[in-house]
Amino acid sequence: MTATSHRDGGERLMAMANDIGDYFRPQSREEAIAGIANHIERFWTPRMRARLAAYVAQGAAGLDELPRAALERLGGRP
Amino acid sequence: MQSIAENDLGTPARTSGRLLTLTIDDREVTVPEGTSVMRAAALVGTSIPKLCATDQLEAFGSCRMCLVKIEGMKGLPASCTTPVAQGMRVTTQNRQLAEIRRGVMELYISDHPLDCLTCPANGHCELQDMAGVVGLREVRYGYEGASHLQARKDTSNPYFTFDPSKCIVCSRCVRACDEQQGTLALTIQSRGFDSKVAASQDDPFMDSECVSCGACVQACPTATLSENTLIAKGQAEHSVTTTCAYCGVGCSFRAEMKGEEIVRMVPHKDGHANHGHSCIKGRFAIGYASHPDRIVKPMIRARISDPWREVSWEEAIAYAASELKRIQATYGRDAIGGITSSRCTNEETYLVQKLVRAGFGNNNVDTCARVCHSPTGYGLKNTLGESAGTQTFDSVMQADVIFVIGANPTDGHPVFASQMKRRLRQGARLIVADPRRTDLVRSPHIAADYHLNLRPGTNVALINALAHVIVTEGMVKEDYVRERCDLASFEKWRKFVADPRHAPEVLEEVTGVPAASLRGAARLYATAGNGAIYYGLGVTEHSQGSTMVMGIANLAMATGNVGREGVGVNPLRGQNNVQGSCDMGSFPHEFPGYRHVADDAVRSQFERAWGLPLRSEPGLRIPNMFEAALDGEFKALYIEGEDIAQSDPNTQHVTASLTAMECIIVQDLFLNESAKFAHVFLPGSSFLEKDGTFTNAERRISRVRRVMKPKSGYADWEITQLLANAMGLPMNYTHPSQIMAEIASLTPTFAGVSYELIDRQGSVQWPCNADHPQGTPTMHVGAFVRGRGQFLLTEYVPTRERVNAKYPLILTTGRILSQYNVGAQTRRTENSRWHEEDRLEIHPHDAEHRGVVEGDWVGIVSRAGETVLRARVTDRVQPGVVYTTFHFPESGANVITTENSDWATNCPEYKVTAVEVTRVSRPSQWQRRFQEFTSAQQALVGQADVFVK
Repeated sequence: MTATSHRDGGERLMAMANDIGDYFRPQSREEAIAGIANHIERFWTPRMRARLAAYVAQGAAGLDELPRAALERLGGRP
Repeated sequence: MQSIAENDLGTPARTSGRLLTLTIDDREVTVPEGTSVMRAAALVGTSIPKLCATDQLEAFGSCRMCLVKIEGMKGLPASCTTPVAQGMRVTTQNRQLAEIRRGVMELYISDHPLDCLTCPANGHCELQDMAGVVGLREVRYGYEGASHLQARKDTSNPYFTFDPSKCIVCSRCVRACDEQQGTLALTIQSRGFDSKVAASQDDPFMDSECVSCGACVQACPTATLSENTLIAKGQAEHSVTTTCAYCGVGCSFRAEMKGEEIVRMVPHKDGHANHGHSCIKGRFAIGYASHPDRIVKPMIRARISDPWREVSWEEAIAYAASELKRIQATYGRDAIGGITSSRCTNEETYLVQKLVRAGFGNNNVDTCARVCHSPTGYGLKNTLGESAGTQTFDSVMQADVIFVIGANPTDGHPVFASQMKRRLRQGARLIVADPRRTDLVRSPHIAADYHLNLRPGTNVALINALAHVIVTEGMVKEDYVRERCDLASFEKWRKFVADPRHAPEVLEEVTGVPAASLRGAARLYATAGNGAIYYGLGVTEHSQGSTMVMGIANLAMATGNVGREGVGVNPLRGQNNVQGSCDMGSFPHEFPGYRHVADDAVRSQFERAWGLPLRSEPGLRIPNMFEAALDGEFKALYIEGEDIAQSDPNTQHVTASLTAMECIIVQDLFLNESAKFAHVFLPGSSFLEKDGTFTNAERRISRVRRVMKPKSGYADWEITQLLANAMGLPMNYTHPSQIMAEIASLTPTFAGVSYELIDRQGSVQWPCNADHPQGTPTMHVGAFVRGRGQFLLTEYVPTRERVNAKYPLILTTGRILSQYNVGAQTRRTENSRWHEEDRLEIHPHDAEHRGVVEGDWVGIVSRAGETVLRARVTDRVQPGVVYTTFHFPESGANVITTENSDWATNCPEYKVTAVEVTRVSRPSQWQRRFQEFTSAQQALVGQADVFVK
């Protein structure tokens, strides 16, 4: 998130998801996944969610395990 | 000179529950214990002559005009300094008293110019009034002897004049500076006949420690201290009570008027937030409203390289609506959005979000609170249950220990800071957590017990360490937690913070705060009695802003410091209506009252009221709008009263996004930085030109009242209504009170709010409903809004903005007393005399290492960009940290800030940017491009006759 020029939207969304994951990390795995999924669902537009899912599905690396599981739970299977 | 509209009862009110009855000139009066005889007399309509007394200041007893006879007491006591007693019998007028008073007046007048007819205070001069009251008919001493009549005026301050020839040395100005403002800049110099008022070391006011709050001007009973506008224009003929449009304190003012011309702004004595006090901005810096830069005619253009074309309102609105419709038809319904502003009224922000949700058919609405206090809303909602501060400002007077975190109230919230300093002078203890030595850390009669001088970006480590000490040293208020908080979450949190990795000794390496200081601060906060936390953007504008807000709430709950007077969690809101713009549903995921758009019951309520289906999915936040614009998915933006091109981080990213859009509609007073990228300019109205309400940091809803007609023809709410109607969303409000009625009908926490109630009470603090028909001064009394207080885990996650060999310093930002945020208002006033440019503060060690001396031009390079400022070498900042303000667009402070943001809300991390600083000899490339672009844009508007006359 420190780009001086526009990064691919998917990359930025992945960084945002990882940031959310970092907050929920101290909780139990189940609580963390539920918390991340709930946060993304409540604050992201459907298009942002779909875009992240598509970005990861295309093989982009870097999405942490917890947000990846949360994304899966939201139906956006990477 | 005091307000033309207020009576002065001589001494301040007392609030004792014990009432005493006395007789004054055969009239019985019952007043609270501690009330002065003077005030008691005034309450039954008997005005005892006075000069040094005013109900804004504690009694002083120097002028000897208010002497009275009291049965059973020796001599003639001063009624201002004599408290009432049960059964007391007072005589305010008799021959002896009359002769003494006349004699005193004779002495005063013997050394006072007899130029009443040409004096600015003529007709409202208290000395003149008293001469009449005591029947002064002659001055037996003559005027030939030594006098002060030739004393020279001090005109150094652009806002007021000090004319010592008119001074009666009553000390009201000195006491106002001491008691009200707390700066202690004034004194009475010398003794006896040589006594005179002096600023600092007898310096010109402009060169002294004076902060130009104007308290001395208001306190002056003569024309010794007078506003320059009063001198130039003469006295007002009517006044209108309204609310300041600067910071989140929300001071109440009387706009003193001649017709539609403002003579002066006088803080309202009965103002619930400010109690008759003000700062330099609210009292004096209103000239921007009629500044020649102000645009009052609508303009349009097809491309930003085209000249602006002045058009009628009809054409401008029709063009804007047609473009928005075209873009939606071409790119989809979600390709447009709107941004509201914390500078606008509640009614205006409500209308903008209604226009977006119902007229645009999406939820792409956001507010500039995104970039300041959005983490407050998130953090407090999830812990305490409501997205707002818990207290009144007056609550600070019950605090025993005040904990200021990441806030600089003497600059950012000066009127509240004065109240806070009053409490500190009474003995409350003080902890300041700030990477910079702010004035609160040490100033006259104020010294922090602990200054936790932490490294920027380590707030959460600090709060965890404080919590660790409180938990491991047994300072948790167990009864309170058991009774009021969710115990499962508390036990998890207790275990979490007790972990040795959160010990101050371990985190000292991270925060830079010595463990002993941190332990001392934790013990003080937890055990000193009422502990009140006040915080600002130094908490929220971080990648862990929301986490830190939760950490603060955890700490307050664990120590039992929520739910009564004197305690609480108090966000100091940056702009006048940050609280209100958030309350009004400006965030993309929430309807008014912080209710999620996915909530079917809530959404259907709005659908019924507005008569059309609404979207259940959240819309785009501001930074997401930028990303979507660069991705080609977001094409049009309606911006009311906000300047994202200056205020949002990574300027080049923002301007690239704006350039990528096809229609930007800016509604503002000036051709601001965002307007340079706009296609439609709708001239907005200042707070003086419209009705509405602002909600301050205490949740206090106050009236904004129109004192003159809109210079552009329409108030902002009317402009939004025009656009809504053109978009096919019918709006037919004829007054903002109708908008508030709709807000109340749809928002449970506002259910009881109406203009009638606000007018009757002066202000209302929400929640205001059937349970709290007069409002709610203190929240969470007895129980938390959410039921049981929720403790949340707050793991410290270091920001990814790391220093390294290339960027070894951390830049942090803030604001200064005389300027306000992006400076659009204050830069167009004389306030720039105090602060004419943004400078970079750098520690002497860092400066020396780089060969930088005071005043050098320095280049500041970050991963996002580069800018150039002049250096100020100071040990206010710690080694390794540099600091600047962001009030001038050409400074490019946000050219160097990055897109890092809070994990929960995307509030930008303005407070932490890794940079390098080097001496340079010319502006940065960006600054050169900025100047060229600005000149070109100004030329494009130059031909149009659109400026205020």
